[in-house]
Amino acid sequence: MIAILGPEVSWYLAVAAFLFATGALGVLLRRSPLIVLLSLEIMLNGANLALIAFARHHGNGSGQIFALGVMAVAASEVVVGLGLIVAISRRNLDLDVDKLRTLRG
Amino acid sequence: MTLAFAAGNVLVWTVWILAAFACLGSAIAVISFTNPFFSALALIGNLGALAVLYLLLSAEFVAAAQVLVYAGAVMVMFLFVIAYLGGRADAPWAGGPTWQQVGAIGAAAALLVEIVVAVGLKAGGRLSHQHHVYRSFGSPHAIGRLFLTDHLLAFEITSIVLLVAAIGGVILGSHSRKLVGEKPL
Repeated sequence: MIAILGPEVSWYLAVAAFLFATGALGVLLRRSPLIVLLSLEIMLNGANLALIAFARHHGNGSGQIFALGVMAVAASEVVVGLGLIVAISRRNLDLDVDKLRTLRG
Repeated sequence: MTLAFAAGNVLVWTVWILAAFACLGSAIAVISFTNPFFSALALIGNLGALAVLYLLLSAEFVAAAQVLVYAGAVMVMFLFVIAYLGGRADAPWAGGPTWQQVGAIGAAAALLVEIVVAVGLKAGGRLSHQHHVYRSFGSPHAIGRLFLTDHLLAFEITSIVLLVAAIGGVILGSHSRKLVGEKPL
């Protein structure tokens, strides 16, 4: 059995909440879609940290499995997001989420 | 409480404080840099600091996967695209604060308060006593056993998600003859 060392779970949860809020701020604040994607990664990582902290708290490995699933979804999201950004820039459009307003194919 | 336990506790606290502040600082750096290249580099630092926090939570396999998959593969893809596109992003803090920026900061602060209040109300009293775990908790052996017994369906669905994303990436990235010359979107 491993004894408990260092901070309690609530400290990890505070870091996770701050990371999630920072990522949300980046998504709302920035207009470059690249930085919006990077901020989304920060939000997903905040959620992952909370999942792993609760997995350790309850001594149950299912939270870690869920975190690995979130990582796979994040990788998929990056693939599609970067593909969209490259497709946008190939048509010589501005990389600015405020100007990409019309959803016409 | 033995001396070795106390020394270990101090060491874990020191590592935790360093990793947590590196994590928060690099997250703020990601959303503050004007150059997307620096933002991506700051995110790599963020992922590395998070891997340290995962190790402190005895999630060895997830920490290794974080470094290999995120900091290795995903961020290299990001850096390739940033190098391909070049250019600069918007400067977030340039000029006076607009109503959009004030609203964004207010919304993010409200979200932070909401998370803290929700978690504090729901689980505040129960977060202090943790369960003891076995030494194999979070090891590749334990994760693999969970993946192939309790969470087999999630494992298979993950493979389908990755396959669909790969197909989508190929379709988005392939040159389509029809679209040359026209400028929709």
